[in-house]
Amino acid sequence: MFYRENGQFKTTYQSDQQIFPIRQDRIFISLLLLVAFVVMPLVASDYFLKAILIPFLILSLAAIGLNILVGYCGQISLGTGAFMAVGAYAAWNIGVRFPGVPLVVQILCGGAFATLVGVIFGIPSLRIRGLYLAVATLAAQFFVDWAFLRIPFFTNYSSSGSVSVPALSFLGFSLQAAGAKYLFVLSFVVLFALLAKNLVRGAIGRQWMAIRDMDVAAAVIGIRPVYAKLTAFAVSSFIVGVAGALWGFLHLGSWEPLAFDLNRSFQLLFMVIIGGLGSIVGSFYGAAFIVLVPVMLNHLPGWLGIPIAVDTATHIEQMIFGSLIVFFLIAEPHGLAKLWSIGKEKLRIWPFPH
Amino acid sequence: MAFFLETLFGGLMSGMLYSLIGLGFVLIFKASGVFNFAQGAMVLVAALSMARFSVWFPQWFGFDSLLLANLLAFVTSALLMGCMAWAVERFVLRHLVNQEATTLLMATLGIAYFLEGIGQIAFGSSVYSINVGMPKDPAFILESLFEGGLLINLEDLSAALISALMVALLALFFQTTATGRALRAVADDHQAAQSIGIPLNRIWVIVWTVAGLVALVAGIIWGSKFGVQFTLATATLRALPVVILGGLTSVPGAIIGGLIIGVGEKLSEVYIGPLVGGGIEIWFAYVLALVFLLFRPQGLFGEKIIDRV
Repeated sequence: MFYRENGQFKTTYQSDQQIFPIRQDRIFISLLLLVAFVVMPLVASDYFLKAILIPFLILSLAAIGLNILVGYCGQISLGTGAFMAVGAYAAWNIGVRFPGVPLVVQILCGGAFATLVGVIFGIPSLRIRGLYLAVATLAAQFFVDWAFLRIPFFTNYSSSGSVSVPALSFLGFSLQAAGAKYLFVLSFVVLFALLAKNLVRGAIGRQWMAIRDMDVAAAVIGIRPVYAKLTAFAVSSFIVGVAGALWGFLHLGSWEPLAFDLNRSFQLLFMVIIGGLGSIVGSFYGAAFIVLVPVMLNHLPGWLGIPIAVDTATHIEQMIFGSLIVFFLIAEPHGLAKLWSIGKEKLRIWPFPH
Repeated sequence: MAFFLETLFGGLMSGMLYSLIGLGFVLIFKASGVFNFAQGAMVLVAALSMARFSVWFPQWFGFDSLLLANLLAFVTSALLMGCMAWAVERFVLRHLVNQEATTLLMATLGIAYFLEGIGQIAFGSSVYSINVGMPKDPAFILESLFEGGLLINLEDLSAALISALMVALLALFFQTTATGRALRAVADDHQAAQSIGIPLNRIWVIVWTVAGLVALVAGIIWGSKFGVQFTLATATLRALPVVILGGLTSVPGAIIGGLIIGVGEKLSEVYIGPLVGGGIEIWFAYVLALVFLLFRPQGLFGEKIIDRV
């Protein structure tokens, strides 16, 4: 009833090609951004910002990065955690070795190093496909885990093997309060989401999708597989690297290689699959699902007043998490984004069924 | 030279174990096109059930024979793996027919979480031991050839022998029995197999049961060597390069890949490890497999990949 596009005529190419062609969507997104930027920092508690919103935003960003690789270019990667680690450690090393480099530059440098590593580990994708590639990308995961654990240069010879970041500031503003951190992360995520959305709408995104759908056919119509695949790896690892640096700097504060282990990679892949392959907005749904479900499961016994031993609770949580994943894959293999678009279609023609 | 040979033998023996775990992956992939990440969780659950039941049965029924306890525990665990196979087919695979490989992979990860959770709730999450009477003493062989002989770990040797036996049994099962033939038919072409009346669902249950049995044997061997604990589930990740090196669809590939990786890992750890700070066996196998795949993308014995538009 309200979600109707009657009377919204597109008279220029520009208005036809914009990201949100329907006016209601534009209003909704503006309201959402307003809530995220203005209302949330004012009303949300520190716990909510720190434990839920910041991880959710950063992981959404990482999921967007992974989605570009898996969902748009069709190259499965199980090494995302490794690229996050490269981003975080590179940003940290820049900060330690060149004092005075601004925070944003550090984080972007982290992304740049992750790009480099991503392209190197992306080279096999030119020869290897599908599941073989998935296992091959595990090489990146294990190699990077090992490198940050065993090569003391990367941790600046710290004895414990863990690194920690000093007090953060951005343009003179201190980033110690949860609200400030949240706004900083949010700006990054919004900017990169916009960037990613525009990339996948553009020529390069179409090349990626052609490669995903059938790489031989894409090569036949003149798309260079080498260029398309490697740019997908580069863009994806850049975004993932930035997310990694944000994760280390603004969420963890101090970390060890374990923070970016294989489970993180699996977690991100879950986000992408449950959210929806080949959908930027799906990455947000997936991240919300994966971040919120464990929190809910954690609190559920307490809310219901059932006393459960801590380790049993963890295992039950694991079971429920596993079955939920299977359930969602069976119920909607195309992810939450697909549910969302089905809902939107239904809304557009409501109250008629067709 | 003697030291080199010792390392080589050690590598071959751990390689047999990798082959065994790799076999579990290959069996399921061939029959259902699912890359089964839950294989590690299956090993864990099987080993946990073996370890616990072999202690519980003597307590419940008040007998004292280690052999009987182990036998009963083995049968119970095997039944359990069968039930698991049925449940996986009934509740997961049946609903995911014709989905993309990635989706199936994620589903097996979900299964892995579920199995790890339920296994540890049912059997506890401490470290348990399995005692199936494997010899623990080291032995020396070829004393006439080398001074002092070669040090061989009898436990490793028996584990390697059991693995080899298991592999031979599976090969026989696949080549000579009617069920084995049906399995091979399904592996070749799902639709063709179905059209001549092979029930796909039953084949999947059988294949997952067989993979469960393989996991049980692997779990017993690893468990009796290192103790049964949660790390078993991740230890199987070490066997993944074996599968891609050998080719996802090839049983001999899994065996030979396992041996190559086992030997490569041990030799690299001894000869290259000290130069770069140790612990390289975690990634060495992966990088080896990766470099190898660059030259031969289908693995050693995988089916040739043909591109068609």
